[in-house]
This record gives sequence, C-alpha cells and structure tokens, in this order.
Amino acid sequence: MGRQLLLEHINVAGIQSYEVYKQKGGYAALEKALKTMAPDAVMEEVKKSGLRGRGGAGFPTGLKWSFLDRKSTKPRYLVCNADESEPGTFKDRYLMEKIPHALIEGMILSSFALGANTAYIYIRGEYFYVHKILEKAIDEAYAAGWLGKNIMGSGYSLDLYMHIGAGAYICGEETALLESLEGKRGNPRIKPPFPAIAGLYGAPTVVNNVETIAAVVPIINLGGDEYAKIGVGKSTGTKLISASGHINKPGVYEIELGVSVEEFIYSDQYCGGIKNGKRLKACVPGGSSVPILPVDLITKTAKGETRLMTYESLSDGGFATGSMLGSGGFIVYDETACIVRSLWNFSRFYHHESCGQCSPCREGTGWLEKVLHRIEEGHGKMSDIDLLWDIQRKIEGNTICPLGDAAAWPVASAIRHFRHEFEYHVKYPEKVKDPKHGHYEPIMPPKKEEAVIV
Amino acid sequence: MTKELKFSDETLALANKIIARYPEGKQKSALLPLLHLAQAEFDGWLSPAAMDYVASLLKILPVEVYEVASFYSMYNLKPVGKCTLEVCRTVPCWLNGSEDLVAYLEKKLGVKDGETTKDGMFTIKTVECLGSCGTAPMLQCGAEFHENLTNEKVDALLTKLKTEGTRKTYCLGDK
Repeated sequence: MGRQLLLEHINVAGIQSYEVYKQKGGYAALEKALKTMAPDAVMEEVKKSGLRGRGGAGFPTGLKWSFLDRKSTKPRYLVCNADESEPGTFKDRYLMEKIPHALIEGMILSSFALGANTAYIYIRGEYFYVHKILEKAIDEAYAAGWLGKNIMGSGYSLDLYMHIGAGAYICGEETALLESLEGKRGNPRIKPPFPAIAGLYGAPTVVNNVETIAAVVPIINLGGDEYAKIGVGKSTGTKLISASGHINKPGVYEIELGVSVEEFIYSDQYCGGIKNGKRLKACVPGGSSVPILPVDLITKTAKGETRLMTYESLSDGGFATGSMLGSGGFIVYDETACIVRSLWNFSRFYHHESCGQCSPCREGTGWLEKVLHRIEEGHGKMSDIDLLWDIQRKIEGNTICPLGDAAAWPVASAIRHFRHEFEYHVKYPEKVKDPKHGHYEPIMPPKKEEAVIV
Repeated sequence: MTKELKFSDETLALANKIIARYPEGKQKSALLPLLHLAQAEFDGWLSPAAMDYVASLLKILPVEVYEVASFYSMYNLKPVGKCTLEVCRTVPCWLNGSEDLVAYLEKKLGVKDGETTKDGMFTIKTVECLGSCGTAPMLQCGAEFHENLTNEKVDALLTKLKTEGTRKTYCLGDK
C-alpha cells in the first residue's frame, strides 16, 4: 500500500475523539499555520501541492481559491460540500464518520487561508448519524479553543456550523447547494457570476468537497512541494477511491495517484479481484456520471498503454475510448451484469434527481428512462438505440448545470461500447424478460479489434 | 378541527439555536433543518399545518415552505408507517441484490414499494444511492443504516423494530 495521508490513523481506537486525534498529530498543521504562516502562505502551499478538487471535477483547488473576490466588502464564506450522492461514492462518509477532526481541522485551515470568519458544512440529509458525529467534533474543537474568537491568540476568529440537506443529488452542484443552504429549492444558478464573486447570500464564497478540504491538512504538514512529489504529472497526492460492485473487497481505499487500474482491481491490498471467480466485464471508474469502460479498455488504453488511476490516464482516449477519475466511485461489473438494466437504473436515477429547471434535462432524462425500460423489458425496437443516442446528444451541453451531461455520458458510452447488447435485447425479447438473464447467458463485450467505435 | 401544532420547549430551543447559525435576516436558511425537526416531532410527515407552523417560526410565507418541502425526497407529504424502510436501489446496490431485497420485503410484509402495512408499522420506500455502495445491499430506517443485508438479517431487523414498536425518524436533537 502507498502512502496514507488521510487514512493513516483510521484504525486507531478512539480516533473519532479530539484527544486521540490530537495525540496522533492532529491540529499540528493548524497550529503551524496560525503561528508561523500568513493566510496567503497557506494558499501558496495549496497551489504548489497541485491539489485538484476531489468531488469530481478535478479543478485545481489553489486556483479556485485565488478567484475569491478580495475587494468585496461583504463577509467571505467557506462551504464544505458534504452532499456526497454520486452513485458509487461513499468516501466522504467514511472519512467524516471515522476521522471527523480531519475535516474540522481542514475547514479551519482553509477558512484561515481564505479569510472567512464563518463556514458551513453542508451534509446530505441521509447522513444524519454522521451529522451527529461532526457536531460533536465541532463542539470539541470549540472547547479546545480551535474555533471561536481569537483562535489560540492568533487574532483570527471562525465560527463553523453544520447544515443538513434533505435528499437531493442536485445539491452536490455547488450553486444548487448554496440555494439549498439559503433555504430554497436546489435549483442550480446560471453562471457567471461564480460563487467566488457572488456565492452564499451574494457574498464571495468557496465551495470545496470534504476530501479536498481534509487534504489541506497533510499539505500544510508536509509542505506543498513534498505533497506534489506523490503521484504522476498533474495528478498529485493521494485520492480516496470508493470501490463497489462485483469485487471481493469493497470499501474505501486511499491510493497514491498513479497506481495501475489492474493493480487496483486485482491486488489484495485493494479490491482483491472479481467476486465468485467470474470474469470482469465493465467498469465505471469515477462515479455514475462518467463513461463506462468495457473490459478491453479498463486496464489498458486504446494505445495499449497501462491504464493508471490518474486524472489523465483514465481520460486517455477522450470519450471514445476513455473515461474519467471523477469522484473516485469505482463500480465493477462482472459478466452476469446486464448493461442495459444498469443504464436504465442510472437513467431512472438522473430522471428522479433532475431539478426540472432546464427542459432538455427534465424531459430528456424521462425519455431516456422510458426508452431504456422498454428495451430492457423486451419491447424495444432497433431504432430505439439511435433514439437514445439522439436524446443524449440533445441533453449534453444544453443545460444550466452538469447534471444533464452526467445523464448523457453514461448513455453515450454504453451504446458506444455495448451496442451489441442493446441489439441482443431487441432480438431476443423472451430471453431478456428475466432480469437475471445475464446469469444464464453472459453477454461479453466484443474484442477491441471487432468493436466499432463511433 | 385540527389541534394547533407546536414544538415542545426542548425542540423549540433547538430550533432557535439552529436559526442563530445564520446571519441576521437570513433565518430562512434554517428551513431544511427545521422541517426535519417538524417531521420528527409531528408523526413522521409534514402536514400543511406543520409546514405553516414552520413558516411562522421563520417569518416566511407558507408557500416558501411548500415549494421546498415538495422538492426534497426526505420529506413525507403523506402519513407513513412508524418505520420507513428506505431501500437503496441504485446500481451498486442493484449489482449486489437490491431487487431481491425489495422483493423479499414486499413478500414478507405483504405490501408493495410505496405502501404501508395495515398495522401502520412499516412503509417500504425505494430510494436512490445512500452512499453505502461498499456495504450493499442496504436499507435506512430513521437515522440508522442497515448494511450487507441478507434475508436472515432482514428477518431479525423486522422483529426488532416490531418489538420496539417506536417511530423511527431522523432527529437532530439528542433524543
């Protein structure tokens, strides 16, 4: 196993508590920053570290911070996006539940760097019990003097609060999250202005994912340059990967960016191979929104190079033969899984979660769900496959927020790589009526040489 | 005549503590957490009276509460059983048997997805990804996650919930 910067002490008894977290070196980074560094110096280390947003977009964090409107006379806010709801992703829950103080320390450090005196952690409603754990951790941090007025005599003051959501995937989109935090429906805002200029209550705001904020702690401990030495190229540091599906060892793994996909799937340190001795069929490497890859493109790129767990390598080949690292929600499919049923499931999810603001997404996701259901139930026509292609193209790029793209990409990639399986559903309606048909007659993707890439 | 709804003193104190987390004039921000409090306090669902009460606490229009309550999936706008069994059905859980889990629950309880048992004890509700993909299949009841479920575990859980007989809700307080 590579270096563990976030989960190093995950198995230490009592690490949830302030005392044990502190004993294990917790709050040292914050103390270092408050006593020896100016806020800009903290931001500089984050820039040097090459840290990229861990929520899915992979945007450089230091750069995002630098967009904050410093001339504004309004208060600044830091908001943590703990609305983790991308299917296949559960790393933030794990981190917050097991080491809540890693997030709290990161929040204080980041707020200090940004000059924010009020910060909120927006947690998804379903994580009620995690909300409770974090509230306790915040109370402990206040009691120890790390929050409140004039923290440790530094002159810097910060209030940190929890805010709970109520079940809406769309609130993971940062402007929808801010709307929700203002007590409204989670409808994404039209950008610009970006939150850095006009965010929460119209004031300059930075919204960062849980893991991104927690990563600021080791960055300050090690220094940005040291952190940047881990990883490959522009994929620096470590990343939490949520592994699920047909694997022997599902769970959250901290990897050094640059581990090979093959090692990640088959090594006993990570997923431990495919369950029940089945064959690997497909993989969604970065949460439900990213393109699905067939077996031939998972461990090797189209050029035949080893595929690595990095932002660049996973997207090698663009959408024709690549995918994305996304949120690190790594979903593995064995040969029994039906790609059409999986896609119908995803499309139902996006239809359910569309906020309804933009017609292409509101109507298009419903169409996708219905047409896919028809094919899966054995009532499809060959022309339905082209219809699906047409619908997803008309959604992508035509909506205010990326939910539309997120609904379109899985459809495009499934048709691109598994068209024969859609055709099979149309040709053999009697066989596919049983939802478990893949167990009796697995349908594997064609070999790469035989596949037609559109 | 419906009786007037009011939070207990304890819940009202918590509500006021939550409202104070937001800047002056931005008390509407407290709407989502307050709706959770109302749902927990008033029988697990948000009646129009409950929503009007929350509006009065935040000094906002009732419609501002209705439009929000109808947007988020965790608010029940109809009465539900004492224990809502929220079964995750999204892909990672589906790959690990969530369809069988729902079928088993439906057979065992004699009701379909979205329905409540005659004794008012259980409601089955399929939901989208709950972030428990590595421990699939799973269901949530109140604030608790029940993971890596098998038929035997479901049997034990239902027996336990039935014996306790109490309403399971999300609750922000220490209750």
